[in-house]
Amino acid sequence: MATPISERGYAHPDVLVSTDWVQDHLQDPNVRIVESNEDTLLYSSGHIPGAVHVDWTSDLNDQIRRDYISREGFEKLMSRIGATKDTTVVFYGDKNNWWATYAFWVFQLFGHTKAKVMDGGRLKWEKEGRATTRDVPSHSPTNYKSSSERNDLPHRAYRDDVMAHIKKQGQLVDVRSPEEYAGTRLHMPDYPNEGALRGGHIPGAKSVPWARAINPEDGSFKTATELKKLYCEDQKLSPSQETIAYCRIGERSSHTWFALRYLLGFSNVRNYDGSWTEWGNMVGVPIEK
Amino acid sequence: MALPKKLEDVIETLELFDPSDRTGMLLSYSDQFREVPREIATRPFAKSHQIPQCESDAYAWAMKRPDGGLDLHFAVENPSGVSARALAVILQKTLSGLPPSEIAQIDPAIVERIFRQNISMGKGLGLMSMVQAVQALAKAAAAQDTHA
Repeated sequence: MATPISERGYAHPDVLVSTDWVQDHLQDPNVRIVESNEDTLLYSSGHIPGAVHVDWTSDLNDQIRRDYISREGFEKLMSRIGATKDTTVVFYGDKNNWWATYAFWVFQLFGHTKAKVMDGGRLKWEKEGRATTRDVPSHSPTNYKSSSERNDLPHRAYRDDVMAHIKKQGQLVDVRSPEEYAGTRLHMPDYPNEGALRGGHIPGAKSVPWARAINPEDGSFKTATELKKLYCEDQKLSPSQETIAYCRIGERSSHTWFALRYLLGFSNVRNYDGSWTEWGNMVGVPIEK
Repeated sequence: MALPKKLEDVIETLELFDPSDRTGMLLSYSDQFREVPREIATRPFAKSHQIPQCESDAYAWAMKRPDGGLDLHFAVENPSGVSARALAVILQKTLSGLPPSEIAQIDPAIVERIFRQNISMGKGLGLMSMVQAVQALAKAAAAQDTHA
């Protein structure tokens, strides 16, 4: 049985909620449960009662440019799922909450800080035999108005930020597989090659594959002590130093961003969503193997 | 090469549907999934029948009928393997009974036509790998026919 969240030593334990907490808030009008998966059939096959579906490709990404939705797009999304500025949004999903933390990260670009992640995601909910339904809830739409434009600065790094970061030998975490880090493969095992022309990693990056932060049997996050060993002791990453995480398109690294920022309390960590599909294609940038 | 008529019919029907109905139809196929009968295979399933690259931990078998046609059977161990179960049912319903040489010609690209917007990065390769596994089983059965 996983250690209770409050006893795991996290820097910001309030951002992670248990399956019990979600069960207790299924009828809470101030809570909106959001499922976000890689597999787009999963939500329709059964989800937590009352949960809405947010798809990372159609809901969070700009449909033309490689970028995220605009302020207007976010307002539409929040209105559609029936959320207000006071709504606590709780994300969960497949693959150890990989896409849930990605959605959580995008929501932070819009400053919706009333956001949490359900520890263990779909896997834990299902393993505990909790109820699921195929009924799609009909939450009354809201008229969500964002008070400001999307603000990438605190959470998102662009390629020029990374370039400046490596010049001052800043901390970088490469969360891809060891083979991608070493440059022996250009894509995740069992995933298609999305077109990076060069293999390897950004100079100085430490390799910590994202899923090491998870207990594989139930998808829950490891304790702070275990995470500190992984990131701070084994890889000598300092929580007080500016840190940038990256992967292939910024999804796996949003999971690590979440773990570093909220569970270990890294004070300044950003996600480089351009990641290897940008860096591995740029002309003249430094690469290590 | 043209697809077998039953398979082409299923794909054409799916192509007529809007995304929401297509999702519903795929789920309906998934719900019809029946695991490989015990007389053919029991757990732990032989690794030789495991489909590589399939994160749904799927297995495939092909059994020859007296008339030479093949019967396809599958197991999908991952409870979240909704797409794998849907594809297994489609392949089983549309290809079972056909001669191995015909099944061996099925193009893995059918996966994109079947799943369209429901295909994701990680899932696509695994599902195509399911079709390739069926192809391989059919080719092996066809080779046996040749040598018989």
